[in-house]
Amino acid sequence: MERLNVNPTRMMLTTLKKRLATATRGHKLMKDKRDELMKGFLELARANKELRDQVEARLADVYRSFEVASAVMSQEVLEEALMFPKQGVELSVGSKNVMSVDVPVFDFKTTAEDPTNIFPYGYANTSGELDSAIRDMSEVFPIMLELAAKEKEAAMLAAELERTRRRVNALEYVKIPQLQMTIRYIRMKLDENERGNQTRLMKVKDMILVEAIEEKRAASEAEYQESCS
Amino acid sequence: MYKIGVIGDRESILGFKAVGLEVFPCDQAEEAEKILKKIAKEDFAIIYITEQLYQYMDEVIEEYKDSRLPAIIPVPNKDGSLGIGMSSVKKSVERAVGADILFGGEN
Repeated sequence: MERLNVNPTRMMLTTLKKRLATATRGHKLMKDKRDELMKGFLELARANKELRDQVEARLADVYRSFEVASAVMSQEVLEEALMFPKQGVELSVGSKNVMSVDVPVFDFKTTAEDPTNIFPYGYANTSGELDSAIRDMSEVFPIMLELAAKEKEAAMLAAELERTRRRVNALEYVKIPQLQMTIRYIRMKLDENERGNQTRLMKVKDMILVEAIEEKRAASEAEYQESCS
Repeated sequence: MYKIGVIGDRESILGFKAVGLEVFPCDQAEEAEKILKKIAKEDFAIIYITEQLYQYMDEVIEEYKDSRLPAIIPVPNKDGSLGIGMSSVKKSVERAVGADILFGGEN
C-alpha cells in the first residue's frame, strides 16, 4: 500500500487524523447502508422473479387465446374490432424514497365508462374467443404494471447497491489503510526528529560543560600560579 | 398524466391495445430503437418491449437503465419467452450482489 505523498509536519498529522476519523465514520455508515439495501433488494429480487414467472405464464395464455381468436376470425375483422379501445389507462407516477434512492411508484386508473364492459366492439362480427382473450388480457395487465414497478425498483436499487458496495470497499481497502500508513509514517518521522534533537542537545550540553570545566581549570591554574609567585 | 407504451410485432401487441395501452407495431430492431427514442422523450412512464426486439436493442436500452423514467420492461411475445426478462432480473442481482445467489445456476 502506497502512502500519501505529504510533508511530515505536525499540521499534516492533525489534518490526516481528522480525515481518518471522517473516513472511518463514513465507512461505518456506508456499510450500514449497504446491508440495509441488500436486505431490501434480495426480498425485492425474489418477488420480482416470482412476478415475472407469473406474468410470463399468463401472457402465454393470453397469446394463446388471441391466436385462437385470430384463427376463427380474419385479420382485418380482428384489427377493426380492436381499432378503437374503449378503455384508456391513466398512469400516475409518484415517488418513494428507499435508502435515498428515488424510486417511482406507479398507480393506474382505467377510464372506461362501464368497467364490466371493456370490449370495444359489438358482438355481431367477432367470435367468443376474442372476448375471453381480452378478458384475460385485462386481468394480466395489472400484474404487468406491478412487474414494471418492481423491476424498475430492483434495477435502481441494484445500481445504488453497486455504487455503495464500491465505496465501502474503496474506503475499507484503500483509503483507510492509506491514511493509517501515512499517519504512522509522519508520527515516526516526527519521533525521529525529536530523538535527533534530543541527542543534539545532549551533545551540545556536553560540549558546553567541557568548555566550562576547561575554563574553570585554566582560571584556577592561573590563580595557583599567582599565589606561588 | 403518464402513458404506457408497448413496442413489438403487430400480432403480439394487438391485445394490449384493447386494454388501453398505446401500441407501436414494428418488426425491425432499428425501427424499434427509433420509436423508443422518440416516445421516451414523451410522457411514457412504462414501455413494454417484446423480447424478440429487446435482445437487439441493448445499447439504446442501456441509456435509460439508470434514469427514473421510463421503465423499460421486456415481455415475451406470442412465440413464447426467450428468458431475456428473467436474465435481466438475474443481471441486476449480479450487479448488486456481485454474484448470482438467487437463481442458483439454473437459467
